[in-house]
Amino acid sequence: MSFHTEHEIHKRRFGRNLGVALVLVGFIVVVFGLTFVKVTRGDFALPTSEVQN
Amino acid sequence: MSDASINTKDTTHPGEASFGDYFALLKPRVMQLVVFTALVGLLAAPVQVHPMIAFSSILFIAVGAGASGALNMWWDADIDAVMRRTAKRPVPAGKVEPGEALAIGLALSGLAVMMLGLAANLLAAAFLAFTIFFYAVVYTMWLKRSTPQNIVIGGAAGAFPPVIGWICATGSMAIEPWLMFALIFMWTPPHFWALALFMRSDYDDAGVPMLTVTHGRRATRTHILVYTVLLAILAVGTGFSAIGGPIYLSVALILNLLFLRGAVQIWRRDETQSEADNFAVERKFFRLSLWYLFAHFVAILLEAALAPFGLGGWG
Repeated sequence: MSFHTEHEIHKRRFGRNLGVALVLVGFIVVVFGLTFVKVTRGDFALPTSEVQN
Repeated sequence: MSDASINTKDTTHPGEASFGDYFALLKPRVMQLVVFTALVGLLAAPVQVHPMIAFSSILFIAVGAGASGALNMWWDADIDAVMRRTAKRPVPAGKVEPGEALAIGLALSGLAVMMLGLAANLLAAAFLAFTIFFYAVVYTMWLKRSTPQNIVIGGAAGAFPPVIGWICATGSMAIEPWLMFALIFMWTPPHFWALALFMRSDYDDAGVPMLTVTHGRRATRTHILVYTVLLAILAVGTGFSAIGGPIYLSVALILNLLFLRGAVQIWRRDETQSEADNFAVERKFFRLSLWYLFAHFVAILLEAALAPFGLGGWG
């Protein structure tokens, strides 16, 4: 027999998948934001001597 | 009634835990304390930090703390199942497989340390890695089951977050974050020993060598008083340092008087008196201990926040 789609296990599985999806989206946003801040502040700028070479 | 409803209504099969069950592995209540104290450490530092870097740093410190919590739950599942306070945790309750807890703990530890290194600096990342190691290996795997000093030495793991927060901001070491470390370190034993006094059967049943089990309850009451006196000296003394000020000193004086009074009351009582009122004084002391730490760190935060306006600190 197959479970009905509204069964409690399906709800729990959907909730878990939604939670993981939101965490992953959040992580992407944090990494993007962090990269943007680091690049615009010049944290990754090359030393002047290397730029001239 | 179908077979399916019998099998699935009230039980959680391995691999079918909810998102909340996995989140519970990270010990969210401990994480709150870690986030708060790390944030105070970061904001009390005399360096401006970009809000995004501050947010990311605190987030990855919290993830690292959560990872060590998951590793603790993986290792301690056998004793958690015996203790009433911890029996409903995801692993002993059968909601999450021990292997899943281990995998989540290891994966999040690696992620948190790596990301903190990228977000803040390598020194902060190294301290976070050491903290996770200290809590998961030194405290959980070694000290907790072998010595009644488990809470005293293990308390260092919970005391590191403000130091890591400070290093995230400055990239270097100073005396002030270690004063915050000492505050949490000295606060932890009386806090947990008060809990052990009124949750007495839990630690006995699990065979955890808490001071109440190995040295008796009279000795535990004396230890609470001694540590509270030392804590009071440290807490009030911190008021005269660079992170202190009039606000902090006022808060410290009031709370340490209350805390000392509670410790003296606990010391003067015997088991008959405690059992007569169901450990009312010990429970009150435990609740006060939560406010005690929170208020001291709020005061440090206020001193730092008001300093730019010429109001915080000693001028």
